[in-house]
Amino acid sequence: MALDRIFRRKKPQLVVQDDLPELWSKCTHCSVQTYKKDLLAEKKVCPSCGFHNRISVEERIAFLLDEHSFVQSSGHVTPLDPLEFKDSESYPDRIKRSQQKTGRPDAILCGEGRILERPLVLALMDFSFQGGSMGSVVGEEITRAAELALERKVPLLIVCASGGARMQESVLSLMQMAKTTVALNALGKAGLPYFSLLTDPTTGGVTASFATIADVILAEPGALIGFAGPRVIQQTIRQNLPEGFQRSEFLLEHGMVDIVVDRRKQRTLLAQLLDHLGSKHKKAPVQEYKI
Amino acid sequence: MSENVRSLESALHALEKTMRDTGADLVQEISNLKHKLEGLRSSEDAKLSRWARVQLARTPSRPTGLDYVERAFSDFVELSGDRCYGNDQALIGGPATLEGRPVMLLVQQKGRDTKGNIKRNFGMSHPEGYRKAMRLMDMAQKFGLPVIAIIDTPGAYPGIAAEERGQAWAIAESIAKMASLTVPTLSIVIGEGGSGGALAIGVGNRVMIMQNAWYSVISPESCAAILFHDAKEAPRAAESLRLTGQDLLELGIVEEVIPEPLGGAHLDLDTTVANFKEAVLRHLEELSQLSGEEVLEQRSRRFRNLGVFGEN
Repeated sequence: MALDRIFRRKKPQLVVQDDLPELWSKCTHCSVQTYKKDLLAEKKVCPSCGFHNRISVEERIAFLLDEHSFVQSSGHVTPLDPLEFKDSESYPDRIKRSQQKTGRPDAILCGEGRILERPLVLALMDFSFQGGSMGSVVGEEITRAAELALERKVPLLIVCASGGARMQESVLSLMQMAKTTVALNALGKAGLPYFSLLTDPTTGGVTASFATIADVILAEPGALIGFAGPRVIQQTIRQNLPEGFQRSEFLLEHGMVDIVVDRRKQRTLLAQLLDHLGSKHKKAPVQEYKI
Repeated sequence: MSENVRSLESALHALEKTMRDTGADLVQEISNLKHKLEGLRSSEDAKLSRWARVQLARTPSRPTGLDYVERAFSDFVELSGDRCYGNDQALIGGPATLEGRPVMLLVQQKGRDTKGNIKRNFGMSHPEGYRKAMRLMDMAQKFGLPVIAIIDTPGAYPGIAAEERGQAWAIAESIAKMASLTVPTLSIVIGEGGSGGALAIGVGNRVMIMQNAWYSVISPESCAAILFHDAKEAPRAAESLRLTGQDLLELGIVEEVIPEPLGGAHLDLDTTVANFKEAVLRHLEELSQLSGEEVLEQRSRRFRNLGVFGEN
């Protein structure tokens, strides 16, 4: 304990001296420092312990898609305050703050792109926008993404990151769970594959709707995925939760996800799956699996 | 119920007793008093806060799913189990008839007393409940039975075992299954419509709600705990959430609010069930005019159009 204190006191002196924080990043999991450029090359997965840092939607696109292949389709739909929700801070103010922070109308970005030359439609949830919560806009954009995939006859991938349905739109948010499902059912009926990639964290109404009805459910290592949040469960049952509870590996063990896949291997895996399940509508010849 | 209503009620009972005991002709007086009482109850009902309605929806003597089943339907045969793991007692179901018409019932059931509530887990299902519902939906589809889903749950149960067995998966799959049926589906919220646990059987061609029931993305208590860091602020959260039947009608979430007797469903079960049955029969009759494809198309369009946003 005493040693610990000494080290903690010394730390600020180190940082002030040079440009360490500019170039180096310390893993929140194993505390090992990695050169930032190296970390980026590893898609922000700690090369030392494999910890998957949370990444932005833009980074996700860069890590997942072929370069310059993404064409945005979302962004025309904007949130309103239909319930005139009364809160400690007004809903429009909360929205405005998140919009300024992210440069997006709401917690989602959709578009078309390619993974190793294979075309698909993507929807990516933005956890940094009000916890990636789903209100009318997120529901509408997911629905439109599914409809776009149907129109283009290409597979759909949804990258999930969300605390669940958005309280400030109450029952309208709840209905988005059914609405998105209806659109995904239509996609399935047309024989087009739908993949969902669950990232840290995915909980609540998103897990209880479109996130978990995919043909193939992928999860990033260590991601928190569940219906109720751990705090709610703890309050309900008044006992400590088991180690690793609601993490990707726990869900794999319980048969709830298909594959837990390292971020650095997702492109290859998705390309394989796109070929295996997307052959019905495929026009171009199958490509090699290269990273 | 206010002091005014109570004193009028006791005056009415006194008059009725006098007439019975003495044979005096008090018919006019009694009729006047009844009229006055009804007016007072009606104006009080209109003034009920959203929180008051939430409390009405939770009144222990409020009719449960089985009260409706026993009075509105005949020959209900309860079918048990999800064929995977267990038999959830908070979501029951099976075939029955409604005025001679065969239907498939899915019923979220709370207990009628403490013992019953322990058995029914206070109306909070584990994944097995939703998986049973799906099994029965498949059966309804196979044999062409319309599905009537009676919703009354504070929410799906948040526990370790529920998570281990895929609570979110069960709800999501149940929503997807119900959305895909070509037999008509009707969902009626009779008490509490607690979030995803309610929506799991809430994908109706028509969705209705009893006058003093609520339906929301989150309970007022949980909402208050998150927003105001205090569950005691639930009355305030209830106002914000706009969760009453009237709210939902205005938001286009339900087709109809089924009237309850003044003071609440528990005060007059016969009238409550009669109103429920009339509405269910009427919607079922309308839906029976549609082909299977049209049923699916109508329901898909109904949910496709839900949501409020701007566009530029």
